[in-house]
Amino acid sequence: MERLQYNYLFPEISAREAQHVKKYPNAKVISLGIGDTTEPLPDVVALSMANYAHGLATPTGYRGYGAEQGSKDTEVFVSDGAQCDISRLQLLFGSNMSIAVQDPIFPAYIDSSVIIGQTGDVETESGRYQNIEYMKCGPQNSFFPDLSKTARTDIIFFCSPNNPTGHAASWEQLEQVVRFAQENGSIIVYDSAYAVYITDGSPRSIYEIPGAKKVAIEVSSFSKIAGFTGVRLGWTVVPKELMYSNGFPVINDFNRIVCTCFNGASRIAQAGGLASLSKEGFKAVISLVDYYKENAEILLETFKSLGLRAYGGVNAPYLWVHFPGSNSWDVFNEILEKTHIITVPGSGFGPAGKEFIRVTAFGHRENILEASDRLTTLLK
Amino acid sequence: MSAINQIVSTSISSSTSTFLGHNNLKNIKPSSVAIPGKINGVVKCVASPSAEKTAYKTKVSRNENLAKLQAGYLFPEIARRRAAHMLKYPDAQVISLGIGDTTEPIPEVITSAMSKRSYALSTVDGYSGYGAEQGEKALFVYLSSQQLRAAIASTYYADLGIEEDDIFVSDGAKSDISRLQVLFGSNVTMAVQDPSYPAYVDSSVILGQTGQFQKDVEKYGNIEYMRCTPENGFFPDLSTVRRTDIIFFCSPNNPTGYAASREQLTRLVQFAKENGSIIVYDSAYAMYVSDDSPRSIFEIPGAKEVALEVSSFSKYAGFTGVRLGWTAIPKDLLYSDGFPLAKDFNRIVCTCFNGASNIAQAGGLACVSAEGIKAMHEVVGFYKENTAIIVDTFESLGFKVYGGKNAPYVWVHFPGRSSWDVFSEILEKTHVVTTPGSGFGPGGEGFVRVSAFGHGENVLEACRRFKQLYK
Repeated sequence: MERLQYNYLFPEISAREAQHVKKYPNAKVISLGIGDTTEPLPDVVALSMANYAHGLATPTGYRGYGAEQGSKDTEVFVSDGAQCDISRLQLLFGSNMSIAVQDPIFPAYIDSSVIIGQTGDVETESGRYQNIEYMKCGPQNSFFPDLSKTARTDIIFFCSPNNPTGHAASWEQLEQVVRFAQENGSIIVYDSAYAVYITDGSPRSIYEIPGAKKVAIEVSSFSKIAGFTGVRLGWTVVPKELMYSNGFPVINDFNRIVCTCFNGASRIAQAGGLASLSKEGFKAVISLVDYYKENAEILLETFKSLGLRAYGGVNAPYLWVHFPGSNSWDVFNEILEKTHIITVPGSGFGPAGKEFIRVTAFGHRENILEASDRLTTLLK
Repeated sequence: MSAINQIVSTSISSSTSTFLGHNNLKNIKPSSVAIPGKINGVVKCVASPSAEKTAYKTKVSRNENLAKLQAGYLFPEIARRRAAHMLKYPDAQVISLGIGDTTEPIPEVITSAMSKRSYALSTVDGYSGYGAEQGEKALFVYLSSQQLRAAIASTYYADLGIEEDDIFVSDGAKSDISRLQVLFGSNVTMAVQDPSYPAYVDSSVILGQTGQFQKDVEKYGNIEYMRCTPENGFFPDLSTVRRTDIIFFCSPNNPTGYAASREQLTRLVQFAKENGSIIVYDSAYAMYVSDDSPRSIFEIPGAKEVALEVSSFSKYAGFTGVRLGWTAIPKDLLYSDGFPLAKDFNRIVCTCFNGASNIAQAGGLACVSAEGIKAMHEVVGFYKENTAIIVDTFESLGFKVYGGKNAPYVWVHFPGRSSWDVFSEILEKTHVVTTPGSGFGPGGEGFVRVSAFGHGENVLEACRRFKQLYK
């Protein structure tokens, strides 16, 4: 715990927002920072959960403990979300593991790695923790790491579509990652939380790549699919054929972790999840995803019109905006101070994020439009 | 890949309190099984041998801590046995008094709050996403409603000096226990009651705090087991307990049902103070206390400097499937360098968790309303009635019965017998599922835990069958 350099990124952003609101009590702060969904749940999904809750008051509708995994004897482990699953996976792997992460990346992989004891201290100059292999992703390599320069690690965390850069790896790129893992005997932890935002036919699951079942675990979430950030539901797939070096199936140990350290996702959330995958539910849920995607388009247009390089925003609800030569916390502060818009400084996601700002596309349409106007005024 | 379930009749020696779970499967070669005759339990084959030889393996080493675990977690194993039994006797009316799973519907005042919240999520004003708490103190992110934390603090800790911002709402005690272990890390020593709820020991093994399992004593190396038996009134002799960093203490106790007295807890707090240890106090059954035994460790003076408390709505409101609990960490609980534990726990919670379901939290708020508390007491009262019936039954049959007064568990003594044997006998002959005491540690050998969660008529029927079997 002492090794961790800062607070977790997102509470830090919250704190800054709070300070700002205190300073400017009359300002209308627009949050394009924390990637939190904003639109109400579809009726059919909310109704299913309301009905399930009602049912719990009846003898026939009452249910107690569920299977910790959601249901037994499958490769799909239902959970209360990807962030929790990532830590459970770290518990599974233990402290004697080396990990590789994209740089920049959603902070939970690194932070959980530090907490579990897989890393050394942080190198103050570079901002990197010792013993983590950082796979740089930037405009220069089109946001896909040069695997020929990547050292072997036991675990490779790979998020695609990527948070924060928004890049969705192509089939060929993922094939490279799978081959790299096979050659090195590594395990990929593939985070596909944003797969449903893909527009251009890029793979939605690592398992679209042949051979992936022998090298990859996939984590996903209903948070950004169904607006379940508060409801809490996700899943992790551990293929039966994924094996440790001694031939022991990884799924057996993950099952043990889940049974010992967890007690299942809320049944009410699971009922909602089921409804969101029904024909009617999924249609409704996808229209919300489309809504956020339209927000992203609007923001992309805005930044483009200002002559700024904005990446992402096409396959993910995040824009990754480049401010060359800048320090992202300075840009964050300036945007906040002058337009009352919360973003996230890129360096919060790793050293390679230093000159970037992440802008989320989650928000009420009117706020997205308002934010676009303010940014245009500031940056023109 | 084929999964073969075999149920074979029992004959396991009492020296092996562990069972053959599918985790052990890889180690089983027919020639090396010493047990004569048949193999006990459910044996599940994961892969056929020839497929293994040619199958691709990664070069990632299995976490050796997981390999230390002797078998599967206890309760899924009980569930497996129950399922196997039901396959064997498809017409039998199997009654489950094994896994402590609540059976009675949740009071309507609570479910309607959850329904309301669910509907509200489909409205503009009612929708909420991540539970991140805004505000000046936002470096402590609670991922929970401030109202709920305040209500928990005032309901359970009024006048005990535990405040709303000491409360961390969670998806339940079991998850919290593991998050606490992640917080403590691998370089701590721990003490547990013996017998105890298996999550403490198992999570300790997983985190790498322990040595190997020692088959002769049925204990993991480096854990201090504090024996709790009828001889010592189910409170450990602290004078014989070594110092450890962490002391897990559950009261009212699962599985023995014993609630420690004020005097005993005072000694425990004193012991922790002298040793500079931290008590993790599990008070999940506090609402079952019938006498004046303490309901919270914080009733003991000085406890706020040595203890944190974990609790749950599971057994009060039937929330076993809804998932809601909390951990209270006093501001005065400090590491040796003066750093507040709560700050690090907050970091864990921010990084490794994302809050209990907002719908469950709405239910929690209703639970601790005036009407909700009344309703929870009724639910608890119902299970306590069940407990009394079970206690009566075994006592009338001449058994030495413990617990059952301050907890929904009855701890029945079968001197000289293997608890797995008794479990199997009861299951086979009465179709009632219980839990073998040795599943809770070597101190549980010779006992069987009967849980009082069940529909009234099932509990009565189960007791009728016990009377038949043991008359």
